[in-house]
Amino acid sequence: MRFRTISATAVLALSVAACGQSSSGGDGGGTIELSITLNAIAGGKNAKSAAYIQNWVIPKFEAAQKAKGKDVKVKFIPSGVDDEQYKTKLSLDLKSGKGADVMDIDGIWAGEFAEAGYIKPLSEVVGPEADSWEGWSQIPDAVQGLATYNGKKVGLPYGTDGRVLYFNKTLMAKAGLPEDWQPKSWQEILDAGGKLKAAGVPVPIQINAGTAMGEATSMQGVLPLLAGAGGEIQSGGKWSGASQPLKDALGLYQKIYSQGLGDPKLQQEAKGRDKSFAQFAEGKIGILMEGDYFWRGVVNPTDGVAKMAERDKVVGYAMIPAMDAGKGIRGQDFVSMSGGSIRAINPGSENPKEAFELLAFTLSPEGLKEETKGNTRITPRTDVNKEILAGDPLLTFISEKVLPVTAYRPPVAVYPQVSAALQEATAAVVGGTAPDAAAAEYQKKLEGLVGGAGNVAS
Amino acid sequence: MARATSHPDRYSADAAGLGRARASAFTAPALLLIAVFLVFPALWVLYLGLTNYRLTGIQAANPEVVGAENFLTALTNGEFWNSTWLTFQFVLGSAVIGQAVLGFAIAWLLRDRTGPLKRIVEGLVILAWILPSAVVSFLWVALLDRDGGTLNTLLGIPGFGWLLEYPMASIIVFNTWRGTAFSMMLYGAALGNVPPSHLESARLAGASGWQQLRDVVFPHIRGHILTNLLLISLWTFNDFTPFMLTAGGPDGKSEILAVHVYKEAILGGNLGVGAAVSTVILLINLAVAVFYLRLLRRRG
Repeated sequence: MRFRTISATAVLALSVAACGQSSSGGDGGGTIELSITLNAIAGGKNAKSAAYIQNWVIPKFEAAQKAKGKDVKVKFIPSGVDDEQYKTKLSLDLKSGKGADVMDIDGIWAGEFAEAGYIKPLSEVVGPEADSWEGWSQIPDAVQGLATYNGKKVGLPYGTDGRVLYFNKTLMAKAGLPEDWQPKSWQEILDAGGKLKAAGVPVPIQINAGTAMGEATSMQGVLPLLAGAGGEIQSGGKWSGASQPLKDALGLYQKIYSQGLGDPKLQQEAKGRDKSFAQFAEGKIGILMEGDYFWRGVVNPTDGVAKMAERDKVVGYAMIPAMDAGKGIRGQDFVSMSGGSIRAINPGSENPKEAFELLAFTLSPEGLKEETKGNTRITPRTDVNKEILAGDPLLTFISEKVLPVTAYRPPVAVYPQVSAALQEATAAVVGGTAPDAAAAEYQKKLEGLVGGAGNVAS
Repeated sequence: MARATSHPDRYSADAAGLGRARASAFTAPALLLIAVFLVFPALWVLYLGLTNYRLTGIQAANPEVVGAENFLTALTNGEFWNSTWLTFQFVLGSAVIGQAVLGFAIAWLLRDRTGPLKRIVEGLVILAWILPSAVVSFLWVALLDRDGGTLNTLLGIPGFGWLLEYPMASIIVFNTWRGTAFSMMLYGAALGNVPPSHLESARLAGASGWQQLRDVVFPHIRGHILTNLLLISLWTFNDFTPFMLTAGGPDGKSEILAVHVYKEAILGGNLGVGAAVSTVILLINLAVAVFYLRLLRRRG
């Protein structure tokens, strides 16, 4: 009895202290052991990235090192879970001084990881060669910004992305909407939703809401809407509280989910986002706001998690409109949000120089071209993008039309907590709370998170 | 053991004849393990509860002692009390009522039976108990799923979200199903200890089934009942498996305390607040244990 009683509460402390994999092992017999981890796994999430590391990067890198007279062994540590869980796993590993030598982290975690000492400026961990990496000259400033914290580069950017509205052309045709649908205001989205509903589409519109979807609710939901209403989560050093743009964004949620244009239950389910993917692929969802990951990794006919054989014919995409023309941030007609991962070096690595060579190797032009074969994405490098994006209509669309109007999240440590409060506000509205009340509740939480009302503008 | 040491006049203080030094040497490894893996973590949680320790960010590198702030935050937080109330429902519904009553009913109905029926029923109940949680949770998600769930298909009501409409009822039924085996086996063994002659005399005296239970069976197995309730209450109180069914959702409607701590500490990164809540859970567990143990003592 005592065992159970105490052990339950002890789990917390134990898991903090004891979880994790072994880091780069010893240097037994002159062999240098390196490990690399990403949220990718063969046969599951981001399967192609996993295959790329396992089948191309590791053998090529080991061979290249051998040619230089170094015996290097690289181990790939796969993972195939939700981003929040991946982050928890990394944090626990790093907290206990373990973890892979090279690791993918979401750019938005850079702040809190850096403050905790889980990642450090590359120039400190690796040395001057990190700042003189040949790739920097090829990477646009906005993308470099993803890997920069307090003016120091804490990793190499892995790429960027953008959000659009996807729609099912077959369903749109049924509802009498054009194949090249491009809404110019929120009202036009609602009108299209109404027509889809009248045409018998079970879920006319899916815009992520609620806490179960985590950051997907922020990035593919409330933040693009906030930008469309002319708001930013933080601007000029102040966080926005219950501002009019937030009330407008929550108001759109209310219109969608209280008028049967969306499925409120889907926002509450533990695996709601995965279900939204499956339902879109099954032709049950008309319009869906998602990032380019959806195109590349979800409905991808060859290896998506919810394959659509006819993707290129059936799936259409449009830019996310501002509330009304000119009402978006910076007076824009259209908006988007972007993020991106970075690849960082574990400050506890025993072989940081070799780890950096491995890291740079994965982001070399040859490496990126190999990785994106049949799996195109927006890489950090302009030289590579020029060659590879031409073949993919959506990614060309995103890099030419969406990236110029996009916005980024504030790269500060407290952001994930603010984001969680924002997700709770959407959950409340979908659950029936009035937008104004949900916005007021958000402001209250926000004040607690960012150090008082003085840092919040309403 | 506690009884043995409390009556040194009746039992020899050194029954094994080892002497103090050798006895200490024998128990030292076990005590060391307990100290390292149970006592130290528990004390560590107490300490963490007094800091603003976080999983990431500046407070991960340099946590500061903030005193009782975490406890105040936790105790003035509506979510904590909501979770406590849900946990109370969960323990009462699935352990005290569900597992104990169902387990006793099965044990009572099968007490005199032999043969395949008894073996099949016991086998099925025990199977639910010994399967790994991950497997069982997956089966229940498949059973209760909104779109392709077995239950909805059987009932012909596709689209009904059991885990969304009745999250607490779902996890209570789940945990009853999952854990009944323990109560069933414990009561089965206890019923074997009720002297048949007492039941026989009661029957001859014209006692009804209920009267036999109340006046003959229950007094005999009172200790078993209380021990069972103590164990399953504490296990259920700290059970994390419902997380795998509902993840505490929708919107916290099934966020029992074990899930609340996980969300607060691990997903939310607030290790300090999580530790404070863990400490409160520890105290509640102790209170529950003391309550049952006092009842148990009164037996004599």
